[in-house]
Amino acid sequence: MSFFPHLLLAVLEGAVAAATLALTALGLSLVFGVMRVVNVAHGEFYMLGAMVAWWLSQLVPAHPLLGFLLALIGAPLAVGAVAFATERLVLRRIGYDPEATIVATIGLMFLIQQLALSVFGADAKPVNAPFTYRIVFPWFGYSGYKLFVVAASAVLLLCVWWVMSRTRFGLIMRVTQFDRETATAFGIPVGRVYSAVFVAGAAIVAIAAVLLVPIQQAHYLMGLDPLLMSFIVVIIGGLGSLKGSVIAALAIGLLGGIVSVFFSPTFAAIIATLLVAFILVIRPQGFFGAPAR
Amino acid sequence: MLDVRAIDCYYGEAKALHQFSLRLETGEILCLLGRNGAGKTTALKAIMGLVPVRRGSIVFDGTDLTKLASHEVPRLGIGYVPQGRRLFSELTVEDNLRVGLMTRNSGAAVRQHVLELFPVLGERLGQRAGTMSGGEQQMLAMARALCIAPKLLLLDEPTEGLSPAMIALIRRSIVELKTHGVTTILVEQRVDAVLPIADRVAFVENGRVTAVMAVAELAADRHMIDRYVGLG
Repeated sequence: MSFFPHLLLAVLEGAVAAATLALTALGLSLVFGVMRVVNVAHGEFYMLGAMVAWWLSQLVPAHPLLGFLLALIGAPLAVGAVAFATERLVLRRIGYDPEATIVATIGLMFLIQQLALSVFGADAKPVNAPFTYRIVFPWFGYSGYKLFVVAASAVLLLCVWWVMSRTRFGLIMRVTQFDRETATAFGIPVGRVYSAVFVAGAAIVAIAAVLLVPIQQAHYLMGLDPLLMSFIVVIIGGLGSLKGSVIAALAIGLLGGIVSVFFSPTFAAIIATLLVAFILVIRPQGFFGAPAR
Repeated sequence: MLDVRAIDCYYGEAKALHQFSLRLETGEILCLLGRNGAGKTTALKAIMGLVPVRRGSIVFDGTDLTKLASHEVPRLGIGYVPQGRRLFSELTVEDNLRVGLMTRNSGAAVRQHVLELFPVLGERLGQRAGTMSGGEQQMLAMARALCIAPKLLLLDEPTEGLSPAMIALIRRSIVELKTHGVTTILVEQRVDAVLPIADRVAFVENGRVTAVMAVAELAADRHMIDRYVGLG
């Protein structure tokens, strides 16, 4: 294959990687931004979403589209319920203390992982894409579903942006993010906002998992990579900045996709990790984060 | 209207308020005076439910505030202007006002009244709060609290760092609120800035109210101000 088709393929793969990354990092960024909680179990919420999607798709094996739609509803609900229980039973009881929540969510990460291993087993579980349309370029064919994932991610990101910037609930979330005590002094029930944000973060990553599991397969250890990449994106974009996270995800995803096609995925991961180290040295708060006071 | 009955408050194990008591009638302006660390700000935070009260009660219009969740207190009509303003500085003036309006679902009439009180804010609705001058930020902090349509207003050092012209504006607005029946508790270091508008003064020392007197009485007893605030 000559250079241009190779580049086109690399850009397409990069766009898919960017969309994937933006969606998985979004929930982590939202939770950190509003609650100042580093949710180390975020990747396990992703894995749980993928497992639920697989399980629901098994209920209607002859109808992948129906299974996909069921998963789009069921996975965020199931993962959101786990997140709600986590917020009420664990995070709230330790007062959202930054250090304690890291330790608690590390414990939760192992707990969910081992539960998934016990319930679903260690095998990778394929899930059929809801449709198998193939876009035919003169040089190669490309999965229409992958481009659908890019479009769906863009729609979801726009929805989150709209909620955050244009709705009453978005204003409440931003106010809680800026100053919890003053928010309380204006009648905002901070505890309930935290619950809603934690559930929303988990539901978003569960939707990401439903979209991506036909490309990746479900496996009980699949949460680790998205967690690592989400942290990279959130650190580069700026802790707590949704805009920064999305921009960083697009940049790293595109770069990673292109490098993966021309060189290797391992080389792409090395570049991303080096980039984080570099950013932490020259701009510890990330590109769009506020400097520590 | 407000009856603070012998409350005790702690920060960790450190006692900040000891048997702190205070009574206010509707439409009254009461000034809390005392040195730094005396417990004035803690008293306001205790009324707002932002600092837990271990003993005693705070009764506002027949409701014991210590029995409510913190976020329910402002919904009863208690507005708070914290020390240092604590604006949502990344948000616009409009959004800061919306936060106040949301608290009790105040309508357009309240917003209109607030903008008439501080017309400069009406010209800056799209500006980010953090980019305004200190005086304008103080106006916004007041306006945000007034959007609650408060029956009781708690002001923590509202004239701190302001020019004389701005202090005069803030004073005028407090007096105007009094004519609408709004009760006000003012915490101040600048005695000269508030005595002309206050009805009574409560002196706070070591977390308790040690004396309450009418401003007219105080005029004849200036050594009280020297003792409690260190300013003549």
